[in-house]
Amino acid sequence: MGIIQRVSGPLVIAKDMLGSRMYDVVKVGSGELVGEIIQLKGSSAVIQVYEDTTGVKPGDEVYTTGAPLSVELGPGILGMIYDGIQRPLDDLFKKSGAFIGKGISVASLDRNKKWKFNASVKKGVRVSEGEILGYVQETPTIKHYIMVPYGVNGKVKEIRSGNFSIDSTIAKVEHNGKTMEIKMLQKRPVRIQSKFKRKFGTNEPLVTGQRVVDTMFPIAKGGTAAVPGPFGSGKTVLQQSLAKWSNADIVVYVGCGERGNEMTDVLTEFPELKDPNTGRPLMERTVLIANTSNMPVAAREASIYAGITIAEYFRDMGYEVAVMADSTSRWAEAMREISARLEEMPGEEAYPAYLPKRLAEYYERSGRVEALSGKKGGITLIGAVSPTGGDISEPVSQGTLRVVKVFWALDASLAGSRHFPAINWLNSYSLYMDSLKDWYSSNVSSDFVSRRNDAMKLLQREAELKDIVQLVGEDALPDSERIVLTIGRMLREDYLRQSAFDEIDAYSTLKKQNLMLDAIMHFAKYATEAVKKGVGAESIANMKVKSEIARMKGIKENEIESSAKKIMENINKEMDTLIRAEQEVEKEEVRKK
Amino acid sequence: MKFEIDYKTIESVAGPLIVVGRVGNAAYNEIVKIKMQDGEYRLGQVLDTSDQHAIVQVFGPTHGIDIRDTAVTFLGDTFKTGVSEEMLGRIFDGQGRSIDSGSSITYSDKRDINGEPINPAARGMPSDFIETGISTIDGLNTLVRGQKLPLFTGSGLPHNMLAAQITRQARVKDQSEGFAVVFAGIGITYDDADYFIKEFRKTGALKRTIAFINLAGDPSIERILTPRLALTTAEYLAFEKNMHVLVILNDMTNYAEALRELSSAREEVPGRRGYPGYMYTDLASIFERAGIVKGKKGSITQLSIETMPSDDVTHPIIDLTGYITEGQMFLDRNLNNKGIYPPINPIGSLSRLMNFGIGKGKTREDHRGVADQLYGAYARAQDAKNLSSIVGAEALSESDRRYLEFGEAFENRFIRQGFDESRTIEETLTIGWELLSMLPESELTRIKEEYVKKYYKKG
Repeated sequence: MGIIQRVSGPLVIAKDMLGSRMYDVVKVGSGELVGEIIQLKGSSAVIQVYEDTTGVKPGDEVYTTGAPLSVELGPGILGMIYDGIQRPLDDLFKKSGAFIGKGISVASLDRNKKWKFNASVKKGVRVSEGEILGYVQETPTIKHYIMVPYGVNGKVKEIRSGNFSIDSTIAKVEHNGKTMEIKMLQKRPVRIQSKFKRKFGTNEPLVTGQRVVDTMFPIAKGGTAAVPGPFGSGKTVLQQSLAKWSNADIVVYVGCGERGNEMTDVLTEFPELKDPNTGRPLMERTVLIANTSNMPVAAREASIYAGITIAEYFRDMGYEVAVMADSTSRWAEAMREISARLEEMPGEEAYPAYLPKRLAEYYERSGRVEALSGKKGGITLIGAVSPTGGDISEPVSQGTLRVVKVFWALDASLAGSRHFPAINWLNSYSLYMDSLKDWYSSNVSSDFVSRRNDAMKLLQREAELKDIVQLVGEDALPDSERIVLTIGRMLREDYLRQSAFDEIDAYSTLKKQNLMLDAIMHFAKYATEAVKKGVGAESIANMKVKSEIARMKGIKENEIESSAKKIMENINKEMDTLIRAEQEVEKEEVRKK
Repeated sequence: MKFEIDYKTIESVAGPLIVVGRVGNAAYNEIVKIKMQDGEYRLGQVLDTSDQHAIVQVFGPTHGIDIRDTAVTFLGDTFKTGVSEEMLGRIFDGQGRSIDSGSSITYSDKRDINGEPINPAARGMPSDFIETGISTIDGLNTLVRGQKLPLFTGSGLPHNMLAAQITRQARVKDQSEGFAVVFAGIGITYDDADYFIKEFRKTGALKRTIAFINLAGDPSIERILTPRLALTTAEYLAFEKNMHVLVILNDMTNYAEALRELSSAREEVPGRRGYPGYMYTDLASIFERAGIVKGKKGSITQLSIETMPSDDVTHPIIDLTGYITEGQMFLDRNLNNKGIYPPINPIGSLSRLMNFGIGKGKTREDHRGVADQLYGAYARAQDAKNLSSIVGAEALSESDRRYLEFGEAFENRFIRQGFDESRTIEETLTIGWELLSMLPESELTRIKEEYVKKYYKKG
């Protein structure tokens, strides 16, 4: 038990704390606010408090719980919405009304609900930590495996299937002569990476249904990506689209220091939307962590870790988990705020010197692993970054870009003209393209990647030509270059631009992406030939089939094949007509001569 | 209950801060009363407390505070303000003291001005379309009830006029519920304050308005309080009295500067351009108080005005605000110089909640597509314009020329409208289609084909 000496915002200094350990959770003051020890000096401890410290005063008591900041894990976690320290927001709402009061403690998981546990090991078997004891069918598609908690290794003395609440004993394991009671409810500390056997590489993309992502800058399952962009460039809409449509088994969405209404949006929309891969409501595979910008700043820092720890738990069951962290800049700012109050020597832009290390450590918790259970699972980690003024030379962007493999550069000017997703195709990159090539060849189409590369080349050529046009005007370009401008526009407008709010366009299967790109690139190839044969760039720009191509994005999945076929025919037909007309003209001229 | 002890132990006074020694148990954020020699008193708040001393921020000037005789009393409570429906039609200063000659007010409740964060799970989704009668807003950046939206502006631009026009014209389909305006003048000039009061009086809105006014000459530290008083009052009206409240915060740039002043007085490590590192969190604690709450009828919609220092959108105040609010409106100096009112530049302006408030049953089925297409076309017109200023209009391709014409017409018929002109959403969309009909039908790929067929005006 300690006594408070000083209170400054979210930081509390307490004396007589000898014996308490770094990062232990403490309860502060008469309101029992939740805090965490972040510094020890002699017998006093510096505590960051996860709730508003208004009213806390010197002389108040502090006591330690003796345990580090942890999350509760077990059946019932899917579909939940938590704050930064894993309090269920629904329960807080029921308990304290629409506004979040202080010092309210609520269990993270429902203790009353009974789950049907199916044991998969028998009495007498030796088990070790992380191994699977059985499962609960939590949703029609997700088996929630119950694993042996960390630090427990030994013979199963007793195990039973049946209906249990999460805090009743389902098995007993003999560990070093002691009998350990095992429950479905388990805890893991959030700041320590969960254990696994080994990490391995990845060669399968996370299919997101977003054309610019899947085709141009794909992310591999188990990979990392950063989405930096100024405000209004669509970071959140993109993150939400990925959370909705990507083919992950589980999605953990961390709203860190962002808008309250955005979380409400997710909460209203996700239960109604269906996972395109399983047909089940999206909410069933989602865990939300919402620590909005007006909620206490220290809990914002905790929210990031709570999210990744929950993800690791599902990864260990053999699932592909996608984590969306929106926004990591707010987390970094929370670190900065706490650091400033600790009067640490500031680094770049007043961020603490350990910022890059914390970022790297965090992104390293992604990846595909062979878990202790022997199952293979992965975490794909996608972090939004909100650089001040959109300038990515700042420390958070730079620290992030050093560790992630995909960079989706959001662009204010694209957003300004309502080109969404506003991912700039000239600056963005994906280092996974090479390792995913084979997957695309065997699962989409053998020439998909080469077509994608051709399209990228065209877009780059278009950008160069646009610079020239800025100086001399379009008329000064030869026809062979003017059609590059036409095709570049088609790629941008008709392919890369995708509406997250249109029922059909919001999600494109790879099949549809392939057919769309094929149509545009076929048009490009044929147009180049036609120009060589003398057809004018203007007549190509005015071709009717162009608007048919433009409308492909709105065509339903089950009709896309037949319409694509028709469009291909129309391209050929219209192009042939143009070429024939041109040849007629030429013949006519020859005849006249 | 704490005994009220007078501490005559002030150790130092610097800027808006005083350090009181030998206190021992002042609570964080506790309110103090500072009694000066002449019997006058001021209020302050504890910013940092230890078993040695308390650092107190004084609301108001520190004139007259001395070290020997000034006494400090810790009141054992946080800053609370009285709230009541009787406040409608009344004017208060930046600390919430009545400054008109009206009768005294009986407060129904006293509330902590910092409020408490709305539980994200308790928020309702804002989706009621607010018709402001202004085409660039309704057509392209539709506002909904419960939204927070800033006007990013520059000195000399008509943001006050626009804010007044929005306040006067804004309406929703279902007008039956009570509405109120809470106006927070933060460090504004007397003229600006007077303009708004006169406008409200002229349109009869005054009796539905509560104004908190901190003038430019008033203590800057008071500016920390003013928006919080306004929002606390608004929360009472919205969530206790079921009113739809529009809160106007004018000008948040002054607020942020007061925050910086306070931070530098506390000798904190400065962040960008001297603003404190916690400015994002602090601004969020104000802006996030907009919204709708499940189970309550009322709502809080925020319209804030922020002057961009030297029109710089990357300035920390503007930048951080943009990351918190649900979109933004940009007032554009070029449009203003061309004599176009309201000079809202659609490029860069955004309403994040637009999609929830538009479409069939709310505005019209084609709204999304029309907005997207107008955006795309206007952006292209800007490109064409830049090009023509280098190579001349003659060197433009035929299609670029068409967009150039479109751009002109768009500015003059869509953006431009009168201070007293209120357009219905149908009128706005009709103008939109007239403009889009200047372009070939095949260019309108951002709109669903069926709507193009229905609304496109041939010939």
